[in-house]
Amino acid sequence: MGKMQTPLGKVRGLGSAKNGTHHWWMQKVTAVALIPLTIWFVASLVQLTSSDYEAAFMWVAYPLNAILMILFISTGVYHLKLGIQVVVEDYIHVEMTKVTLQMIVTFGCAALGLTGVLAILKIAL
Amino acid sequence: MAKKERPISPHLQIYAWGGHMALSIFHRASGIALGAGTLLLIWWLGSLAMGEESYILFQTYMSSIYGKIVLFAFTTALMLHMCNGIRHLFWDAGKGFDLDATRRSNYLIFAGTVIFTAAIWLLGLGLIGGLS
Ligand code: HEM
Repeated sequence: MGKMQTPLGKVRGLGSAKNGTHHWWMQKVTAVALIPLTIWFVASLVQLTSSDYEAAFMWVAYPLNAILMILFISTGVYHLKLGIQVVVEDYIHVEMTKVTLQMIVTFGCAALGLTGVLAILKIAL
Repeated sequence: MAKKERPISPHLQIYAWGGHMALSIFHRASGIALGAGTLLLIWWLGSLAMGEESYILFQTYMSSIYGKIVLFAFTTALMLHMCNGIRHLFWDAGKGFDLDATRRSNYLIFAGTVIFTAAIWLLGLGLIGGLS
């Protein structure tokens, strides 16, 4: 491979996606962070199954829960965005469609995350 | 871009089926399913933020049999994706990549998914532990 690359390209180390290993690395960082967050989330779900409005509201309003929930959602939608992008790259080979879909994925995940965080803040503040 | 028909990834027909193959497909499928699950989570938080009426509506949907099936699928996908995702991280670190280790971790992942999902529902429904 080395001979196919210009020296400058090799030094930059960004590859054909112009992004280097950043995408791959962030997928791993978010995956690691999601392990404890998911365990916490699932354990909380179990306790919340039969709670009424009051109890659920108080639970989200509790600062530690609010913070962990914000972290879970923001890390989750970032990981989701990176994940779906790989799936799109694997199956969509028409440039225009691919770029459009990637934009929708990016925007959609950001919108999803912001909506969730706003809801939490509204409850907690 | 070349207009010729090119092989695209991942072309499933040419692989030998096995636990690792199933898990590879499940990882992708569960990842997408968790995207839908995220919508559900945001709906839950949104309904909570909007007031008691919308929260009760959400609860009514979710406590129906269809709601329970959706929630069951969500927790199963989450546990499967977490267990298999942890193996992915070990692989990325260069560990457990040979066939024997992969065969063993296949079982661990399937067993972990079943046990964790069962525990969530038994505890959640108050069948053991009496949390609710
Ligand atoms: C519980 C902790 C989690 C871990 C340890 C984890 C781990 C991983 C890893 C390592 C990958 C990359 C797989 C590869 O390299 O091919 C991945 C992909 C993915 N994850 Fe997760 N993940 C977790 C939670 C989630 C959640 C909560 C979501 C959804 C919001 C999600 C959605 C996805 C998607 C869509 C992909 C792309 C699938 C693909 O390329 O086939 N993951 N996950």
